[in-house]
Amino acid sequence: MTVRARPLSPHLGYYRPRLGSVTSILHRITGAILAVGLLAFAYWLIALASDAAAYATAQSLFASPLGLIVLIGWTFAFFYHLLNGVRHLIWDSGRGFEPGARRLGGWTAIGGSILLSLGFWASLRLLGRL
Amino acid sequence: MSLRSPLGRVLGLGSAKSGTSHWWGQRVSAVALVPLTLWFVFSLLLLPNLDFETLRAWLQYPITGFLTALLFGVLTYHSYLGTRVIVEDYVHAEAPKLIGLLGLRFVHVLAGGAGIFAILRVAFGT
Repeated sequence: MTVRARPLSPHLGYYRPRLGSVTSILHRITGAILAVGLLAFAYWLIALASDAAAYATAQSLFASPLGLIVLIGWTFAFFYHLLNGVRHLIWDSGRGFEPGARRLGGWTAIGGSILLSLGFWASLRLLGRL
Repeated sequence: MSLRSPLGRVLGLGSAKSGTSHWWGQRVSAVALVPLTLWFVFSLLLLPNLDFETLRAWLQYPITGFLTALLFGVLTYHSYLGTRVIVEDYVHAEAPKLIGLLGLRFVHVLAGGAGIFAILRVAFGT
């Protein structure tokens, strides 16, 4: 079946970003990023199950500058998807749709995930794991 | 011109009685992942270091190996359900959509199987 180019309704670029739309889009983007992270998680486990040399290779990849940036990105994606996911579960229960609750929840998800990511990496640093 | 009645034509075309299973699967796995992921992330933080020997010894505790295998399985399932929706939302042409959905299923079964097998290998020792 061929798909004809048909007129489309206004898309992302047309609307002013708002807290509700940004948190929703971020939820999907972080979900996709975490799906890629699943493959890295699998690779890390396979290396751990292989031998010390394979594990050292994996550790040096993750500890490289690029690796650290990607890991920090995954940390933020994880905490954001977790906090915003809890918001979705609250909505699924039929609660939290009032403007005040929506604003509070949205900013909690954004601010909370930044704080938790910073806290996680600061703890790793302070505990001397880096 | 068909002689079939309007009711006869639509019967069997509607709900296959599984319309909400994807939705439920995503929610139930999400609820399970809240404690599982938090347990895993904070366990890593509390380990003395992330060396080969330390992590293998940690995964060899029965409860740790069990929970990590559970985590990896639920994580893979949740990821499969989520990425599937992304393809269904944005890929409209039949062939790329089919290849995309089959590809996602293949990658997730592969990653899930390999990850859990790796955990079991460490847990049972070699």
